[in-house]
Amino acid sequence: MKKQLTCIECPNGCVLTAEVKNGRLLTVEGYQCPKGETYAKEEIESPRRTVTSTVRTEGLGIKWVPVRTNRPIPKASIGAAMQAIQRVRLTHPVRVGDVVVANLLSLGIDVVATRNSE
Amino acid sequence: MKNNTVQHDCIIVGGGPAGMAAALEAAAQGVKDILLLERDQYLGGILNQCIHTGFGLHQFQADLTGPEFSARYIQRLHETPQIRVSLQTFVVRLTPDKILTCIKPGRMLTLAAKALILCTGCRERTREMIPIPGTRPAGVFPAGLAQKLINMEGLLPGKEVVVIGSGDIGLIMARRFSLEGARVRAVIEILPQSRGLARNVVQCLEDFDIPLYLQHRVACLYGRQRVEKVKVVRVDDSLRDLPGTAFFLPCDTVLVSVGLIPENELIEMAGVPLDPRTNTPVSPGINQTSFPGLFVSGNAFRIYDLVDSVVRDSACAGRQAAEYLRGLGT
Repeated sequence: MKKQLTCIECPNGCVLTAEVKNGRLLTVEGYQCPKGETYAKEEIESPRRTVTSTVRTEGLGIKWVPVRTNRPIPKASIGAAMQAIQRVRLTHPVRVGDVVVANLLSLGIDVVATRNSE
Repeated sequence: MKNNTVQHDCIIVGGGPAGMAAALEAAAQGVKDILLLERDQYLGGILNQCIHTGFGLHQFQADLTGPEFSARYIQRLHETPQIRVSLQTFVVRLTPDKILTCIKPGRMLTLAAKALILCTGCRERTREMIPIPGTRPAGVFPAGLAQKLINMEGLLPGKEVVVIGSGDIGLIMARRFSLEGARVRAVIEILPQSRGLARNVVQCLEDFDIPLYLQHRVACLYGRQRVEKVKVVRVDDSLRDLPGTAFFLPCDTVLVSVGLIPENELIEMAGVPLDPRTNTPVSPGINQTSFPGLFVSGNAFRIYDLVDSVVRDSACAGRQAAEYLRGLGT
């Protein structure tokens, strides 16, 4: 079965044509760089996204600290990830890259701060 | 008054990505006395509220969030002694001979620049700038304002959202509202294609099953206190309404994402000729105005899609200012 995808790795947004069989990627065309090929395989076989959000602080310089998953997580886990992130209250200062939620949903992926709290 | 005026070789107005990149490059080109003015209490400008990824792919070969991208520049600024940063400093007046009047909490100061770079960014086009008939209820937000409310203030403006226009900020906010538990009913775009990047249509709309109505427009807003619904109509290739295609979408929030306008009030005040169509300086070349030594860069010069392009071109403004100063014998 042929399936059309738009690569989301960069602003080029290459249109990819994938040949898919039983949920597996057989071949893909239309990418301009190797990221497109990797993206197509992942998007067909187990799609993942980087999640970004904010966490509430108490007594720190900024009221909300922006955060991200340090690697993309399975798309199916996004809702649960958001709930875990919404429960966080930061009371100690953090710097860019500091872990805010370790081992999110036991995925082996951390949620990290993307801005200094002070 | 004149005695109180402090002169600097290079003054840069605006501490967002454009201003920071211009300042760093001016320093790298040998300018010794650079003053960067920022009206907010933090550097970073609009990047502070752009918490999503997609920044820095060209500049750093990394997929950064706005604040992460900004942090790399702030770090370099702090390591550059030729650059002094003045926060909470709002420029209220500019004269043709590059004298700036600024207000800081509790005081006013006058500055003179040998070379001046304006990096004042842009504003959102509002509902009033596109024709949408109907009432004037609460609940209608420019998409970037909603972004600030959610990401900086932790306030969710509404639970049932319709987005007018498919600009990138509107698409990004459709996803952000969805992640925060709101229902985004639709994105309505009058053109036959999305104005935003294809990657944002995929990861912001398709991921959340949000319909994108191309060649449709919001024909009317309804609601007394708060917006209650919108009327959507299909249009033909000449943007005329197609009869019999109207439908209603209930909502308590409407986001408007219909483009950006460069913010150039200061140079306008100084008498720099602007193109009334784009609100950008009439320019002989990139970052230039018709006044020597007065440069404009970043979204104030032209609207960019990518911050990576903003910093690339703004570094060029830093070089241009350095070159101008060398010409003066500074």
